[in-house]
Formats: sequence, structure tokens, C-alpha cells
Amino acid sequence: MSSRRIRFTLNGAPVEAEIEPHETLVDVLQQRFNLNGARESCGQGLCGCCTVIVDSLAVSSCLYLACFVDGKRVETIEGLGSADARLDPVQQAFIDAGAFQCGFCTPGFILMVKQLLESNLNPSDDEIRHYLTGNLCRCSAYPEILVAVKLAASRRSQAGVA
Amino acid sequence: MSDVVAVKQIGRSIPRLEAREKVTGRADYVHHLRLPGMLYGKIFRSNVPHARIKRIDVSAAQALAGVYRVATIDDIRKVIPNPYYGPAFHDQPILADGKVRFAGEPVAVVLAADRRIAEEAVGLITAEYEELPAVYDEIEAATSSTIIHAELKPASTFPDLQHLKGRRDTNIALDYHLLRGDPEAAFAAADHVFEHTFKTQPVMHTPMEPFVTVADASDERITLYTSSQGPSFVRIEIARLLGWPENRVRVKVPHLGGGFGAKLYIKLEALVTALSLIAKRPVKISLAMEEQFFMVTRHPCTFKIKSGVDRDGRITARRCDIWWNGGAYADIGPRVTQKAGFTSAGPYDIDNVAIESYAVYTNRPPAGALRGFGAPQTAWAYECHMDMIAEALGLDKIAFRRKNLLRNGRPQATGTIMRDAALEKVLDQLVERMDWQLPFDRGTGHVRRGRGIAIGFKGITAPTTSVAIVNLYGDGSCGLYIGTVDMGQGSDTVMAQIAAEVLNIDAASIRVVHPDTDVTPYDMGTLGSRSTFHMGTAVRLAAEEARGKIDVLAREVGAPPGHNVPLSELLRRKYGMQAGNIIGTGSFIPAYEKPDSKTGASSLATPFWGVGATGAEVEVDMETGKFTITKLINIADVGTPINPQLVKVQLSGAAIMQLGFTTTENMVFHDGQLTNGSLADYKIPTLLDLPLQFVNECVEAYQKDGPFGAKGAGESTTIALSPAIGNAIADATGVRLTDLPITPESLCRAIQAAKGTPMPGD
Repeated sequence: MSSRRIRFTLNGAPVEAEIEPHETLVDVLQQRFNLNGARESCGQGLCGCCTVIVDSLAVSSCLYLACFVDGKRVETIEGLGSADARLDPVQQAFIDAGAFQCGFCTPGFILMVKQLLESNLNPSDDEIRHYLTGNLCRCSAYPEILVAVKLAASRRSQAGVA
Repeated sequence: MSDVVAVKQIGRSIPRLEAREKVTGRADYVHHLRLPGMLYGKIFRSNVPHARIKRIDVSAAQALAGVYRVATIDDIRKVIPNPYYGPAFHDQPILADGKVRFAGEPVAVVLAADRRIAEEAVGLITAEYEELPAVYDEIEAATSSTIIHAELKPASTFPDLQHLKGRRDTNIALDYHLLRGDPEAAFAAADHVFEHTFKTQPVMHTPMEPFVTVADASDERITLYTSSQGPSFVRIEIARLLGWPENRVRVKVPHLGGGFGAKLYIKLEALVTALSLIAKRPVKISLAMEEQFFMVTRHPCTFKIKSGVDRDGRITARRCDIWWNGGAYADIGPRVTQKAGFTSAGPYDIDNVAIESYAVYTNRPPAGALRGFGAPQTAWAYECHMDMIAEALGLDKIAFRRKNLLRNGRPQATGTIMRDAALEKVLDQLVERMDWQLPFDRGTGHVRRGRGIAIGFKGITAPTTSVAIVNLYGDGSCGLYIGTVDMGQGSDTVMAQIAAEVLNIDAASIRVVHPDTDVTPYDMGTLGSRSTFHMGTAVRLAAEEARGKIDVLAREVGAPPGHNVPLSELLRRKYGMQAGNIIGTGSFIPAYEKPDSKTGASSLATPFWGVGATGAEVEVDMETGKFTITKLINIADVGTPINPQLVKVQLSGAAIMQLGFTTTENMVFHDGQLTNGSLADYKIPTLLDLPLQFVNECVEAYQKDGPFGAKGAGESTTIALSPAIGNAIADATGVRLTDLPITPESLCRAIQAAKGTPMPGD
């Protein structure tokens, strides 16, 4: 096997890593950067637990080869919120709505919701359901997730966040 | 230090204590634990359902660069001479031992520092088998000459199974019997007798965090980090396998990414323990999603139910014959057989009852506990049966149930007097929320609408123990040491609220110490809706003891009665500096009477009753069988909701899971081979599966001996959901489905068959 060096931006900071070509992004995030918020569950890109954002697009990091992030921007759940430890409005909305139980799928949901709200300021129930249908929550906190998305949307619009 | 608060802690929807960790992705799961020098294990599994192993060739795998070693049962025996485990029977070998009993059974394990190499090496292992006849169906297996286990080997931990020891040449692992009154005479005298047979399918828990265990062994000690719902049981069982005292085995459990009964008793722990002892390095096995289907499933069952009814619509006799398909290893199936057995006649007041419930071995993956311990499977039968009787006799379905409902103060089939079971209230509230008295639009043309209800109950595993420690530190802050595993149900938060209420402090300020058997005391397991009642009581007792000790300390250091000196100051006065502890312990085991082995009679069969009712409205396309659940209402009796928000998400989450078990989930086998073992083909509910109108509520109720009137909530809405939907579908279509799951295809086939135009294959 031939390892190679990749350079990318991780949660706003420039980083580099020596990786094997077969290594997935979720493995590299966990093993090289100790970021455990993206988690491999189904290993087939079907559950959304390993969701991260690459160049502003949500991807399943269990299927995304790490070598492809070379030169790109990667954002994970650990990058959310502000430096003074204030939570992102979506994270806060998930807490306020009680939108999780075991929490294993939660980072994936939160990142997808962030992406949703960036393109749709005021999504309808139906739009939310369809947008998040690739994220599975076996504890099935789905009704509360719907509430959390709407709460985050209304807080964003009140705060005037575009 | 903790501020003294006047606010009541019980009944408040405070956020989960660990909420912030979970939304920031920083919560701890074994899933991502890595230890220095750790090896990854990957499992080589059998591809035949029943066979003698002639040869296992691991040479190519062993030769692959990067492979540390390959282990089979011969290697396991060197560190665990008698490598058989299980909670009820010691029937499961750590790796296949000369024989495989289901397709997917672990046969060998590759260890490597790189898990991709371990995976590659597994593909190089070959095994030769001499195939044996296999049996998959529970009814067939009950009398088959194909025998899965030559001899029954009950675990000594279950005194009531000892009579099965040495029983040979049978696939029936356990037969449970209940007899009340004289059912045969009552059937003979009944005005009407009805008999129906129902079936449920194999399904799987599918926790998003797949099974994972890390073991770190030295010569003297072993530490396990495991996604387990029962750390105390794991320690006891590993100590037994190793012949070590319990204090050389340490089991630590951080957060669990879901459990639902899957991660109970002992799963990967024995295998990973043996591998770490062999390798003398930390070993981790983390299953892939596909492999979870081979670890544990929910019992499919066949339930034949017969009722005698008099001309006034009173049920005079009921007979229940149930066969539970336990798969190749018993796991906790014998308990499912008994516990779901004794409530299988339903929440009805029937003088003459006979129940025969059988745990049956087959050549399928093992079955165990799943959110209800069998109660949802039995309710599918008895509540569909209730509607079928009402339809046949032209009775109102609500009135028929009300007439026969078990009231508090009346004996259940075991003879146990019903107490604190809000069956009537739950039914009343459901009928009200369903607007049952209003006219109902039944649809026209090919779109038909229907509605149905069902009610059910469950007994709770007994007798079981919980122990808790409340530790107040020198500054007055509080640690709560419990073995209850928070797998998402919110037990950390609820237990903190209970302790906080007693100690008059803020629940959010309490640190709940996660299970670590070196630190946290014994708990039987996080299962069967038992934690709030059992551990909650232990926590209350521990906090009360601590409070009593604070009072003693106050007197000792001269604080006057009615003082408001904070605990930190009382301790400072005693020790002269910030030092010392106040430690309170609480231990709880509810009263219980073992059922009579022949009649099942017991005056105290369960510490409390789980109660739930569901109502559904559906819309069916009569041409395609496609149906939509337009309304789903679940009502439960949870006693006092300690944290209403957490109760609500438990009720709705359990209901959605059961919706999957009712409409989409089904492990499909062909010739013993699972054909849909991945999330691509095995469909669990998504946001799109939420019913259009979805209501989850609890009734006002109080469990007298529960902590602050509370009892468990995690299973109440699983019980009656499937039959409510089955009844609604029958109401809409006039067609009765007796087998789960209900799919558009199964419904379309049934509609066509009823019209006399059966579809190909029927």
C-alpha cells in the first residue's frame, strides 16, 4: 500500500494527515484527529450517523474516501458553536425540544438540519421529513426532531440570520 | 457546591444531564474507544444452518501480513476450559464447537492491529461442513426428530429451571404452564367458542451503535468496556467462565447508542475476554450492522388462542398455546416464555384459563428480549381475537372489552390481585381521544377507512435487585453511583431527579457515575421497564439514608434544630477542612412469590403492571393494498411521570419502533439463510413513516410503592400497537390478517383472496 499526505481544512483550521488510499473519512477523523462525533453505523451510507460536511455538502463519511478531501473544507459536529462554548442554535434547539435519546445519530441530524436551514429558512413539515429521511434514529425521537427544526428556524429568523 | 432549592424536582421536564455532550458529538460510546496496542477482531461465520464442522482452514488467513493470530474454539479452551455461556442455559459456545446451529454463527476470529486486514483475512478462512437436517419453524421444531442440542444445560442462577437439567432429545427448552379454574368444563358450557391462530415474524433491535466490546486482560485482572445493558451480569458471567472472583473483573459502560433489550446478559463479552487473554493485548470487536442480525432477534411466535363466551358477552374461558421460536441458543427466551406466558390471556377477568407456553430451539439466529419481553407478540393475538369475537357476535368492541376488563382488586390469571393498573382509565382516555362516539367517514370507492383499538398489559421480571449509592462530597456536591445504563431512556436524569427531591438540591447539579463494577454497586440490568421502579426506589432509599446521616452530623457539630447550615460547613466543622463524605446506600428487591410449577399460581407474580392502549385510523387503497395510518394514539399508565418530556419521547419512540415491527420489519430467511440483513433491505421507520396525526399521553395514575408514585415507561406503548392497526385494517377492509407484518402486499393478497380472485402464489 502506498500512503499519501493530504492537506485540508478541518473545522476552520488547516491540517494534514498521512493516509492510506483505502481509508474512509470517518476513520481518519476518529483515528488521526480524535473527532468521534461522526460515527459509522450501517457502513452503507444509509443511516446518516457518519454525516460530515465537505465543501458545504453533507456526505456519508463512511463511504467517502479520505484522500478525496485533499484541498477541501471539512466540517464536523465538533466545529459547531462558538469559541466561547456557546452552542449553535440548531444544537440548542435539539436540547430544548428533547430531540434525541441515545444521541448516537444526533450529530448527523444536526449537521443535516444546519444544511437544510441554510437553503430553506422556513421549511414545512413535509420538507423537513423528506430532507431528513436519510437520517435514521432508532430511538425514534422523530416528532421532537420536527419540533427542533422548526424551533431553530424560527430562532434564526428572529435573530435575523440569513 | 449544590445550592439548596425549594423547587420540586419530581414532575419537571429538565433537559437530560448529558444533553450538551450529545449535541456536541462528545458523548462517550465504546464504539470509538481505542486503547494503546489494541487489536481488532473480525468474525468468520458459518454459511450453513446446521452442520458438523469437519475442518476449519485458517492457514491462509494466519499467513496474511499484519494478522496477529486466528482463533478457533480450541484456542478459546486454553483460557476458558468450559466455554459455554448464557443467562438461562449454558448452551452457547464462545465459538462454534464441532457444530454450527445457525447460518451466521461465529466459527473463528482474526486478530489484527488494522481492522481492514482482519476483514481481509476473514475472507481467506475456509470451513468444511457435514450438513445436518435443519428445522426453522417453531411448531415443527417442537416435535421434530432434528435435535438442536443433545441435552439441556440450565444455568444454576435460575433455580426454577433446574428440573430441566439433563433433559435430552427435545427442542423444547422450557415449558410453562398455567391453569386457573376448569377451562375444559367452561368451554363445554359456553354459548360460543372461538379459536384463532396468529403469527409474528422475526425482527431485530437494530441499535444505531452496533454491538461492541473492548477487553483489556492482564494475568490478574480483566477490564471490559462494553455496550451492555447489564454490567453486573457481565461481571458475574465472565467471573464464572474464568473461575475468578468477581473483584478481578471490571466492567465499564459509558453511553449506549441504543439497546432495546439487544445488549442484555452476555453477548460479545465472553469472546472478547478470551481473545484478550490469548493475545495478552487489548482486543476490540465492533460488529458491522449486518452482523447484528446474527447476534440476537425478537422471538417470532405462533399463538393459538381459544375463548368461550356466554350469551351476555362475558368471556368464561380462555386457552392459550404459544410456541416461541428461540433460535439456536436460549439466551433469555425461557424468561420471555414465562413472563409473556402468564399475561397471554390479556388484561381480562376470566375465571377459567389454561396457558401452555413453549421456548423452542430452531436453526435460526438466537432470540432474546426486545422491548416488551414477548408482551407485544401475545397482545397481537389476544387483541385481534377480541375484535374477531366482537365482530362475530355483533358486540360493540369497546363495550365488550369494558365488560371483561380486569379491575383493580380482581385476580389476574396467576391469582395475583391487580393493583395500580389503570386499565380502565387508559381505555377511557383512548376512546375519548379517538372521538369514538362521533360518526366515522368510512370512505368510498376503492379508498376505505377504518379504525381500531387495542389494550394490553405486561408483568415485570421478578424478583430483581437494584443497589444505589449517594455520595455527598466535602463541598456538598453530590455523586450518584448506579449500575443502571442510560441507553437513551434518560435514566441518569430521572435518577438524579429522585435523589435531588429527597436531598432538596438541584437535579442538574448531581453527577451520575456511569456503570463501573469496581465503583457502582449491583444492578440486575437495565431491562423490562424495571429501572425507574427498582433503581428509582434504591436511589430514594440511598438519598434518605444520606439525609439521615446529615441530620446526625448536624447534631454532632452542634447545629441547632431547624438550622440552615450547608452540608459543606457541617463537614468542615467536623473535619476542620474541606474533607469527608456523607454516603447513603439503598438496596431494593420487591416482594415476589414464585409461581407454582404446575398451575402457575402466584399471589405476587409481578412488582407492578405495565399498561398501554393504542388506537389507529387507517386509509386503505382496496386495489393495491397500500395503506396509510392517518391517526395513531397511544395512552399509557406510567404512574407519576418523573420527567414528563422524557416520558413522552419514550412513549412515542417505543410506538414508532413497534410501528416498524408491525408494518415494515421482517427478517426474511430462505433455507435458513437471512436474505435481508442490512439497512438497505431491512427497513426501520424514518421521519416519513410518522403517522399523520400522532398522540402519546399518559393517564393520571399513581404506583403506590414506586418512587414518588412512578413506574417504568419504556415498553407500555409497544404492547397494543400492532393489534390496533390490525383491527383498523380489518375494520376498513373486512379482511383479517393474522400474521405480522402487515404490508401492502400481504393486504392486497388477502383482499384478493377474500374476493375469490387469489393472486399468483396464494
